[in-house]
Amino acid sequence: MASGTELTPTSYINHHLTYLTTQVGEGSFWVLHVDTLITSVILGVMSLGFIWLVVRKATPGVPSKKQAFVELAVEFIDNEVKNTFHGNRHVLVAPMALTIFMWVLMMNAMDILPIDIMAWILEQGLGLHTWKIVPTTDVNTTFALALSVWFLMLFFNVKVKGIKGWMHELFCTPFGSNPLLWVLNLLFNFIEYVSKPLSHSLRLFGNIYAGEIIFLLLGMWAATGVSGTIFGSILGAGWAIFHILIVTLQAFIFMMLTVVYMSMAHESH
Amino acid sequence: MNINFTLISQAIAFSVFIWFTVKFVWPPLLRAIEERQKTIADGLAAGERGRHELELASQRSSDVLKEAKQRASEIILQAEKRGTEIIEEAKRTAKEEGDRIVAGAKADVEHEMFSAKEVLRQHAAQLAVAGAAKILRREVDAKVHADILASIEEDLK
Repeated sequence: MASGTELTPTSYINHHLTYLTTQVGEGSFWVLHVDTLITSVILGVMSLGFIWLVVRKATPGVPSKKQAFVELAVEFIDNEVKNTFHGNRHVLVAPMALTIFMWVLMMNAMDILPIDIMAWILEQGLGLHTWKIVPTTDVNTTFALALSVWFLMLFFNVKVKGIKGWMHELFCTPFGSNPLLWVLNLLFNFIEYVSKPLSHSLRLFGNIYAGEIIFLLLGMWAATGVSGTIFGSILGAGWAIFHILIVTLQAFIFMMLTVVYMSMAHESH
Repeated sequence: MNINFTLISQAIAFSVFIWFTVKFVWPPLLRAIEERQKTIADGLAAGERGRHELELASQRSSDVLKEAKQRASEIILQAEKRGTEIIEEAKRTAKEEGDRIVAGAKADVEHEMFSAKEVLRQHAAQLAVAGAAKILRREVDAKVHADILASIEEDLK
């Protein structure tokens, strides 16, 4: 809890939605959300590091339980990629899908941790008054991922089809190669290329952010008394259980969209 | 919801993670999985081969069995034939032996008969001589009447 200030619903929610920031340069852009960055890096290192530790000792013989678990996850992702992407997926796309799925899943899963207890632990243990523990509720994270994928998509469009091939695609699809349709095609493609990263990133952000807000609202119920606390807890537990689905599903959707975009960049219409 | 430098830092973190996965996580696991798939495929192929060989072996064994049965029945047939032959031969040998024994016995009997006849003849001659002597009331000199004795003997034959 933010100490010193009076506890109102507004201050409670505001407190939980405040980033720990640091200024790295002049201007409003040069602000860094330290909590988002550090939490996400820790989660990435933890999840990928775990997989790496298991994989380092991977044996083609009878796998250990940990290896079997990792293989299950990896083969699941590999299968999804194989069904969608028809190039050589082992060079980039499949490992990228694995990275995205594991990382986003871990970041989303932070949402399930009880928000006030985590805030209390961070404040008592590390002296951090504000620390957002769910990196995917930061639109910067989702945009960073979506834009990285977007740039990779542009790169592979040019690399696979060549500048000429890509331009041809921009001007001549989806309606046809008639010069009269060029403007319409280009406009259509432009909208598609703009909407891709927007829908990609905002879908994830919106789902997880909304989930967090609902947890906050349920947490606020505790302020109304004992019955409010009990109902808030029950509903909070229910929402958390439901959230397991959302967390996994959103990570999966994000991964699948990435694979689909990469696949579209590799194949001409 | 404000876009700021966090976006760039996250993009950098993201690319580092992707690089890490591409470089260190994906290849060894893929290798292990592919190797295992190969092992399993080899095992299945070996099983299939074993099954095929078993089929061949059972085919072969039934062939051998059939041949053995046929051979056994042939042998039995031969043995039966041989048995009959042996019996026939034995019968024949026995018959021959019997005939020979019978012939020998006949010869013996004839011989005995002949000897008995001879003895009887002798006796008869003597009896005749003795009879004659009685009739003549005197000794018949065998030396003097040898020709008579010889003729009697000749008659008795």
